[in-house]
Order: sequence, then structure tokens, then C-alpha cells
Amino acid sequence: MAVTLLGAAIVVFVVIRVVPGNPIVMMLPPNATQVDIDRLSALYGLDKSIFEQFVIWLGGVLKGDFGTSISLRQPVLDLALGRLPATLELSLMALLFAVLIGGVLALTGTRRRQTRTEGAIDIVNGISLSVPDFLWGLLLILLFGVLWPVFHISGRVTPSLDLNFSTNFLLIESLLRLRLDVTGDLLAHMFMPALALSIPLAAVLSQLLKQSLKETLHLDYVTLSRTKGYSENHVILKEALRNAILPTLTLIGVQFTFLIGGTVIIERLFSYEGLGNMAIDAVINRDLPLIQGIVILFALIFTIVNLAVDMTYALLNPRLRHA
Amino acid sequence: MLDGRSQVKRRIGARLWLSGGWLALLVLLAIFAPFLAPKDPLAQDLFTSRLPPFWEKGAEAGYWLGSDSLGRDVLSRIIYGSRVALSVALVAGLLTCLIGSALGLIAGYFRGWADLLISRLIDIWMAFPPVLFSILLIAVLGTGLESIIIAIVVIDWTRFARVVRAEAMTQGAMDYVDSARVAGSTRLRTMLTEILPNVLPTIGALLTLEMGIAVIVEAILSFVNLSLSTDYPTWGGMIAEGRISVHQAWWVLVFPLVALFLTVLSFSQLGEGLKDRFDPVLR
Repeated sequence: MAVTLLGAAIVVFVVIRVVPGNPIVMMLPPNATQVDIDRLSALYGLDKSIFEQFVIWLGGVLKGDFGTSISLRQPVLDLALGRLPATLELSLMALLFAVLIGGVLALTGTRRRQTRTEGAIDIVNGISLSVPDFLWGLLLILLFGVLWPVFHISGRVTPSLDLNFSTNFLLIESLLRLRLDVTGDLLAHMFMPALALSIPLAAVLSQLLKQSLKETLHLDYVTLSRTKGYSENHVILKEALRNAILPTLTLIGVQFTFLIGGTVIIERLFSYEGLGNMAIDAVINRDLPLIQGIVILFALIFTIVNLAVDMTYALLNPRLRHA
Repeated sequence: MLDGRSQVKRRIGARLWLSGGWLALLVLLAIFAPFLAPKDPLAQDLFTSRLPPFWEKGAEAGYWLGSDSLGRDVLSRIIYGSRVALSVALVAGLLTCLIGSALGLIAGYFRGWADLLISRLIDIWMAFPPVLFSILLIAVLGTGLESIIIAIVVIDWTRFARVVRAEAMTQGAMDYVDSARVAGSTRLRTMLTEILPNVLPTIGALLTLEMGIAVIVEAILSFVNLSLSTDYPTWGGMIAEGRISVHQAWWVLVFPLVALFLTVLSFSQLGEGLKDRFDPVLR
């Protein structure tokens, strides 16, 4: 895990230092002298060799100092942590959508197996799987932004709303403070990006869960509960689901990191003020410290998600629980 | 049972025909673009800006799918845009496939330190959000078709390497590989003549998927405005422009979006269909 993170840090560090275009020159007015450029380069440590810069940067990171953003002139850590809640809330909302949609589709498909309904669900799954979140986002903009404009197509929250919140977890805080007007506004902004992110994942989930439900339904213990006279719904929900859900849970973990990766372009598409949108701006502005910080933060999130998946799996799998 | 099988076969057939048909049409459009496009895709004319498509009121003859805010013909731009989409799909798809599969084969069959190194690289690559990584690479490489292709290869080789490595490991443990070795075949030869042919169907299916992904990546990069110069017609660039003026001129967004949607869907359905066709159980 640590090796992967260190490797990721090295790759980014090397890649962005090959970027043409001197960020220092971009910061200064056109009439700046070479002395000014040199002084500012020294201030940001850009006059040293890549290796020295990396050692200095790594030393800072270990002490929680990610450097100062060149374009925004604030500490990178503050900037990134300020945006992180927006991206986390969006990703978790998308995960919730995916689980709900995928679960309902899988259960309906299993309940009505070998009918037209199952055929239709298979086709919907097939299309949802092959079209990525970026295109779903654009289609949703046309659908709910233009044809039937019920949701906001850009931003995270209406700027004129009086917030005065103490954290950036706006959705959670608005619920805790019972500011339901804010909650509604946030949801109206979040609905389309979250749905766009969730559609491919929902299809994967629904396909796998349906498959494992079908396999479980052939097992002896399920047949036994059928002969006991339980209804089909009871058999599927109470007997088969519990065993069929394990492979799906592992898959959710892997796919959730893909979903978080997808937030970068989806946030851009919906002008949502999250980490990914900030990262794209940082690349465009050649803001080296900010790019580094955000990429490492993403790598850290991916690693934590993978770890959490392994732990949940161990908790839920009875064969590993007592090991 | 028999009936179900023929039904599945028929569905696969329809899927292959539809997706193959769209892609064939696209190839023709790309090749014969200068003859098929009704207008010059770059010609601006502010007197004919934001004309609606032909069935709407206010449409003008010759602009079948309307025009954008600079008065450029949407249909002609879509036709020329297919050139970029298809060249990226073909070149980036094939290169990614070649490099990724080679590394996967080596890691999966030779194991040892090569596997250790390649697997570690895959782990590191998986820790990056791919879109952010590609934007970063384009910033480094500069804009242009070659940069896009290089960025796609650098980022997506892991898709092939991961799957091919796992397959090569399974195949490598089988008896027929041992008998080839006993018969005096060198390791490199065994890898190419025994393992590779058995992994090829998987590689083929991945390749068509990758072509679809390449088209999307190009569109995303044009959308973030890091692809070709904004003048040259690309579907992603058109979509980016259409997104801005979606309330005034929906057609600038809708038509390139439909083209992109059908192309991506066709590539992936083609991959799925080919996978099913080569599936010995269904054959």
C-alpha cells in the first residue's frame, strides 16, 4: 500500500515537472526581470533538481505540509480538504443510487425470470454498461436540464442561499441543522451528476447480483424453504439474497474506485465545485503543487476504499470471520 | 433448451449486424468525407449562425442538421469528426492492445521479477483517476492527435495487461504447455505458439472495447479543450460548444452526442457479440 502510494507520488512528480510552460513566468507581470523570476522560483523551490524537490516535498508531506498553490496562493492541503467533502458527498450519493437501482433491477429480474421483463432488464443493463458516465451526464443534461428543466445543471448549491455552515459537508450539515431548504437545493444540484456516475455501476451490480441470485436459487437449502411453503418473495429476499450478496459486495468496492475516478470529468461537466474540477483547473494553470496534492489525495482515497472493502469482506464472510 | 440456444444466437446475430453496420457506415463517412459533406466544415458565416435542423421553422436549405454559433454546418462537422474518432480508435486501440498484451503475457507466463515489476506498475497505475491522468499527460505532451494516442496508450495498457496476465497464468499451468516444453520448445516459443493463441479471443474482445473507450477519451479531452485545435471538427469539441449554448441551440449538442453514443455502443456490442460467437458452448 505504502509502496503504491510512493510510486504514484514519484510518477506524478516526474510527469508534471516535464510540463512545458513555466508557472512562475505565468504568475508575474510581463515586465518582470530575470531576477524576479529567479527569486520567485527559489521561493517555490523550483530552482533545485527534481530529486531534491521530491525529497523536500516528501518531507513536507510526512509532516502534513503539501506546499502552497501557485495559482491560488493558499496551502494545498487547505484547498484540497475544502473541496474533498463535495466530492465525497457526490460519490456516496452516486453509490447509493447505484445500489438502489441495481438492487431493484436484480431483484425484479430474478422474481420475473424467463419473462419479457427479464429480457428488458438485460437489454437496459447491456446498454448502461457500455456507455460511460460522461455520455450519461450529457444525456441527462438534455433530459432534465433542457427538455424538462427540473434540476440544476451546474454548481453545487445556489450561491444566493444564506449558509453560514461550519463544515463543507453541506448535505450532512444541512440535514443535522434541519435546514431542509438547503438540503433540497443541494439534492437538485447533485441529482444529475450522481445519477450519471451511478448508471454504469448500477448495471454491473444488477448483472452480477441477478447471476448469483439465480445460482443460489438452485441450492438445496432454498429448495427446502420452498417445500416448507414460503412464498417466492420470501425465498428470494430472506433466503437467497443473504448468500448471493457477497460477490456483489466485493465488486462494489472495486467499482467504487472507478466511480470516484469518474467524478473528475462529471464535476467538470456539471461545474460542480469538487476536487476533480479543481484538479483540471490546476492542470490548466500549471499549478504543480496543487496537482501533486490532489493526485496523491485521490490515490490515498482509492487505497482506503480498497482496504475498507477487504475488511468488510472479512467481516461478512463467515469463513474468514473466525479465522 | 434448444430453442433458447437459437434465440440467443439470433440475438447475437442482430447485435453484430447492427453495430457492425454503424461502424461500417462510419468508416465510409470518414474515407469519403470530402465528397459526402455538404459544406466546408471549417467555413464560418455569421449570417447563418445557429440555424435549426431542416424540419424546424427557420431552417435554411443545405444545413440539414443546422449550424453552430459560428455558422458552421453541423452535419459536415460530424462527418469530418468521424475521421478523428476512427483514427484514434484504430491507432490507440491497436497500440494499447499490443503493448498491454505483451506485458501481460510476459508477466503471466514468465512470472519471477518481470511479473513483480509489471504487477507493481499496474497497482500504481490503478491508483490514479484515469481522466485526471490523461489530462495531465496532454498538458505535458501538448495538444494534437499524436498526444491523445500516446496518452491513451500510457494510461490504458493496464486493461490488457491485467486480464492477459491472469489468462496466461491459467493457461501456463495446463498440461499442454508442459508437453510443448518437454518436446523441446523454448520458453519464448511456447509463449507465442501455445499461450498466445489461447488468449487471443479475450484480447480481441478487449480490443473492440478499448476502441470505444479511445473514442470517449478523445471526446473528453476535446471537451476539456485539450485535444486538437478548436477549429478542427471533433465530436468532443462540438459537444463542448453545444453544452454552452444548449438552451439556444440544442442541435449543436444533440447530433454529435448521438454519433458518439452509437459509436461507443457499437464498439462494445461488437466486442460482446464476438465474445459470444467464439464461446465454444454457444457455438
